[in-house]
Order: sequence, then structure tokens, then C-alpha cells
Amino acid sequence: MKKELKIPLIKDGSVIDHITAGNAVKVLHILGIPKGTSSVVSVAMNVNSKMGKKDIVKVENRELDPQEVDKIALIAPKATINIIRDYKVAKKHKVELPDEIIGLVSCSNPTCVSNAKEPVKSRFKVVCKDPPKIKCYYCEREPEDIADRII
Amino acid sequence: MSSFLIKMNFKGRDIISIRDFSKKEIDYIINYANKMIPYARGEKYEAILRGKVLSSLFFEPSTRTRLSFETAMNRLGGRVIGFADPSGTSQKKGESLADTIRMADSYSDAIVIRHHQEGAARLAAEFADAPVINAGDGAGHHPTQCLLDLFTIRAEKKGIKNKNIVLVGDLKYGRTVHSLAHALALYGAELTFVSPVTLKMPTEVINDCKELGVEPLQTASLDKAVKEADVLYVTRIQKERFPDPEEYNRVVGSYKINIELLKEAKKDIIVMHPLPRVTEIDPEVDKTPHAIYFKQAFNGVPVRMALLALILGGQL
Repeated sequence: MKKELKIPLIKDGSVIDHITAGNAVKVLHILGIPKGTSSVVSVAMNVNSKMGKKDIVKVENRELDPQEVDKIALIAPKATINIIRDYKVAKKHKVELPDEIIGLVSCSNPTCVSNAKEPVKSRFKVVCKDPPKIKCYYCEREPEDIADRII
Repeated sequence: MSSFLIKMNFKGRDIISIRDFSKKEIDYIINYANKMIPYARGEKYEAILRGKVLSSLFFEPSTRTRLSFETAMNRLGGRVIGFADPSGTSQKKGESLADTIRMADSYSDAIVIRHHQEGAARLAAEFADAPVINAGDGAGHHPTQCLLDLFTIRAEKKGIKNKNIVLVGDLKYGRTVHSLAHALALYGAELTFVSPVTLKMPTEVINDCKELGVEPLQTASLDKAVKEADVLYVTRIQKERFPDPEEYNRVVGSYKINIELLKEAKKDIIVMHPLPRVTEIDPEVDKTPHAIYFKQAFNGVPVRMALLALILGGQL
């Protein structure tokens, strides 16, 4: 029996696959989608796969910069990004956290100076890539609830 | 000038966390501080920082740290500007810390800052070209206290490695003990942490010690821990750090160091305290040879003289 696709194939664009189930909306938020794009964006959540449930995001007619997408590894460390050209996978990239995360996560310490009204962005050093572990550059605390602290 | 002074260059360097320094660098600072003792006592005088200005920005109260920095600068011929209370500054008008730092940076050659927010000194260092010294950032770091503590232990016990060092009191909010635990582990001391359950040493600090090859013992019982101790490092339970006053009331007075307790200890145990103390050390201990805390407070002067000279490029 032919397997039915939950969301249709795209001709050109980007597919973010293997997103931790339930985190697709947060991934879009991190990537600033749909702001600044008029592309068609399809989201599938809780899709069955060999590795269990996962989410998938497809963005038509826009090739996402793999480095830009790397920061989603904070909440979806197993995600991959496929660049699609004429229905074929032209490039495949497994996300990997950068060494530093800037302006994306707020510090869990309420008395950290990065949470005060100072002209600085939050800044974290990545101390472990998978599972993601980050340390505040300013107060050196390690937030445990990273997904909840996405700005 | 001795050869160890030629090897390392600290000029312009920020002093934010003891974690930013290697053991070799810490040794270097301590050795230099040792040379500063007669200058700290006023027995000798060299104006190696003449013409230099230090900004002393204390957004939180301080006695020892602020005064010893001022003494250190004065003893080396430098000058100090700043404030001991932010109520008379533009912070009250809503000025950001970043802007205050920009101003101090343009008026002086180095900045010392104490602030109630963790990471404040790190932020200050981002906005200042001049070197910044962290004199305490909330429950964060207090590296100069750590350096003077190491200086004191080394001077009194002739070394740090394998010494049994007991840290007691508020290990959760006490900033001095976080920096100190790291540094003592770096030197290979045997560590015991004594605190009420609610004021235990944070996991990050424990893990940090383990990564340095030291497995700290954690207990709530001071009576047992004191028997093996070479150094008893006591901290105040800091009311101002407790988000919940009820939590403070439950733990205040948990430990009291008195003559009776010290009878159970080694004869040459030393008792240290970053001060101020409230009730945790009975004043009767002051008269015993175990009490090192006032000497420890004095040691802040040569250590801070050494740091100021190093970061400002002054040479003895």
C-alpha cells in the first residue's frame, strides 16, 4: 500500500525534519517564520516515524541558511534540514548547536544582570551540544528549562 | 625585580571570576601580594601608581572590601573616586549600569564594582576599556576575597594541597564560598561542606570540584567535620540574599563556633571568616590562636595592592 504523505512534497524550499515532537511551533518562533516571508509554510506535528513521534516543517520557495537553523538544536537536537530543488534533496544538514547563543533564551536567574534593563542581549555559552546544556555568560547559571526560556 | 614578575603580564586584565585564572596565575598574584606586606603595613612606601585613578563603585554596602581597595590604592600613591552608596548617583534617576560604567571608564584607569546583580561586573567589563575588578556581584563571584583567603591559608598552613578544609554556613547564597571551593579544588585541598539542607552548595559548584578531581563531603553535622579540619571557614547566613524571610528564620543560628566546639578540633586548626560576622562565631574565640579572621581581613590590603599594581602596570 502506498504510504500517504501528511503534507505534500514541495518543489523548492526547505524541510526541517526530525523536530522533537511538539516543538514545531517553537522552532518557527526561533526562526522568525512566518515573519518576513510570504512563503507557504506547512507544519506536521506528532508524525509517526521509526524513531517515534516527530514534527516536520516545510517552507516553500525559501532556502534556509543551515547555520541560521543550527540554533534550533537548543530544542530539537536531532533535527535535519533538507534543501529541496525541483522535488529533490539538493543539500542535507544535521543541526548542530553553535558555541554561543545570543538573544534567544532568557536567563533563568531573576537577579542576573542580563534580565535587568541594560543594553545587552542574553548570552549563553554552549557547554554540551546533545543534550543541550547552556551557561549564562553573565551569571554562569545553567537553565534547565531551556524550551520554556525561549524569548 | 624577581624573575617570576617578568613572566606574566596582567596589565589591563579584568578580574571577574577566579575561574578566569589558572593555578599558576593565582600563585603569581599571591607571591606578589607577599612582597606587598611591608608596603601594606606602611613600613615601606613606593608610589608606583602615582597619577593613576581608581573608580570605586559600591552599589551595595561594604566595609572591608571597599576600605581595603582604597587603602591599597593610597598606599601605592594612586587616587580613588567613587561612591559607597548609589543613592546619590544617577542610578536613582534610572541610569543604566552600562552608562554609569562608561562614565567611570572615562574618568579613571581602573574600576572596582560591587553590585547586587549577578553578572554585573562581567557586563561592566564589556562597556569599559579600563580593567574591571569584581568586588562581589550578588550571589555570584568575589574573586579578590577568594585570593586573600588562599593567601591566608597558604601563609598560615604552609600550603593548601591535601589540607582538610571545612566550609560551613550559607553555602547556597554565599558568594565567597563558591569561588573559594573552586580555587581550593584547583589546589587539591580536601573539602567538606557543612550547611543546613536548604542552604547546600549548588550542584554546579560540586560538579566543578569533581571535574578538578576533588570529591567534596557534604554534611549537616559540624561536630563531626570539625575534628579532622585544618581550616574551618565560617560564613554568615546572609539575610539580604533570602527571597523568603521565613526560610531565613528557619536556618539562622544553625551553627555556632565557640570554645567548646574547638576543644574537639585539632590544636592548630585555624578559623576564618570573610566578615562581617553576626552570631556565628562567639567573640570568646577572638582571643584564641585559632582566630585568623582579622588577620585575614588585613590580608585584603596586600592582595588588592598586588592586583592593582599588576593590572595598572605598576612595578615594585
